Amino acid sequence: MINWQFTLHPDHTINLDTNDRTLARLLEEKEPTSRICMACGSCGGTCTAAQFEPVSFRHILLMVRRGETESVRSELTKCMYCGKCTLVCPRGVNTRHILALLRTMLIN
Amino acid sequence: MHTRKHILVIGGGVAGMESAIHLCDMGYEVTLIEKQDQLGGHVLKWDFLFPDHRPAYEITNELCPAVEEKATIKLQTEVKNIVRQNGHFEVALSDGEKLTADALLVATGFDLFDAHKKEEYGYGIYDNVITAAELEERFQNKIPIRTAAGKKPARVGFVHCVGSRDEKVGNEYCSKVCCVTAVKQAMRVRESLPGCEVFCFYMDLRMFGRYFEDLYREAQEKWGVQFIRGRLSEAAEDIDQRIIVKLEDTLAGRPLRMAVDLLVLLTGFVPSEGTRRMATMLNLPLGNDRFIKPSDEHLRRNLTPVPGVFVTGASAGPRSISESISDARAAALEIAAWFNNSSQHAI
Ligand code: SF4
Ligand code: SF4
Ligand code: SF4
Repeated sequence: MINWQFTLHPDHTINLDTNDRTLARLLEEKEPTSRICMACGSCGGTCTAAQFEPVSFRHILLMVRRGETESVRSELTKCMYCGKCTLVCPRGVNTRHILALLRTMLIN
Repeated sequence: MHTRKHILVIGGGVAGMESAIHLCDMGYEVTLIEKQDQLGGHVLKWDFLFPDHRPAYEITNELCPAVEEKATIKLQTEVKNIVRQNGHFEVALSDGEKLTADALLVATGFDLFDAHKKEEYGYGIYDNVITAAELEERFQNKIPIRTAAGKKPARVGFVHCVGSRDEKVGNEYCSKVCCVTAVKQAMRVRESLPGCEVFCFYMDLRMFGRYFEDLYREAQEKWGVQFIRGRLSEAAEDIDQRIIVKLEDTLAGRPLRMAVDLLVLLTGFVPSEGTRRMATMLNLPLGNDRFIKPSDEHLRRNLTPVPGVFVTGASAGPRSISESISDARAAALEIAAWFNNSSQHAI
């Protein structure tokens, strides 16, 4: 193979024109509270797993809603479904249900 | 009182009208001058008000006839010159008339920031970039929301903080009401164009007032308005006249780009031309935001250091209609208190 002396970087930009946001729409149908997160971060702050692994429900939901689904696959596997995030959410987002749905839709 | 004290109210927006009504009710003689050909000010151009969506004309329908009945109104009139003499103000008006006033109330308000100055957002360059005031005019005149080419937009973006919180344009302050205005308008766009996606690009959502947070939640929950945190860095037009916006999605920590069919700029408040002129003419101190600075920001919000000169409404900084109305009543009381105190000492 020819060595061109450079590599191609994948685009780091979130492109809302090309990203596929079908999953976010499906999620809104199945769990309408996925629309009302206000990104306060209480969920990530209290998360049992986040002490040891990079996981934040806020981030997972945000990336799914932006159509950046691939980037949260591994983050999703770190969740232990303890439900603490649901307990603390000040907006009443059904976080645990969303996590379970995403797991079914993306991993299982 | 052997002669009635005469107060000149400068500016016929909601603040000026509300103060004039209350000063008349307290027995003072009031002349109100307005440079436009009708009373009402900015509220005339709004279709409906936050947070309850009531029609804006309800405000002017109540205030205009009341003030017309009680005060002397002079339209299309401005102040030309003011001279202080023996504790009075000799005021020359633009129509040649001269009058004597015992006190002046500056209610000259704000102008909207000129969006052309924020060139990187393309206002005046691209046809599909409009201001929130222009969108409101379309609501008011029942003009359907369409792109410049007459198509139904599939995506509308709202840009917060245009000309506010921005040293680049010399306005470091927050204009206070544009966040809730964006949310209000975003909901209306979704309501009138059900298939259209609506995005708000914001740095902070300042939903400070009563029921404003409810609006934010309703915008997300009921209308599916999407909020993206980040300030637009630029807007450009593509070959189809769509507007490509670029910003950092600061919650994701990554750059974001997308096309919208219509981009609405939430232009902020700047001191109106009239406010600047009155401040210069009367030597009134200004805050670092260039709005008039009252003598005490907590206790004397309508008093200025110049004896007999008072200030109300948005000439003393960005505020909502309901805040301007409360402030205008406070100004009327402040003026009455000043007359009462000064008559004890002087003369
Ligand atoms: S349910 Fe998952 S994301 Fe939520 S707190 Fe527990 S481990 Fe963290
Ligand atoms: S706690 Fe609730 S509102 Fe806050 S970031 Fe998490 S999901 Fe969103
Ligand atoms: S109210 Fe909101 S949009 Fe207006 S200047 Fe303040 S932060 Fe920006």
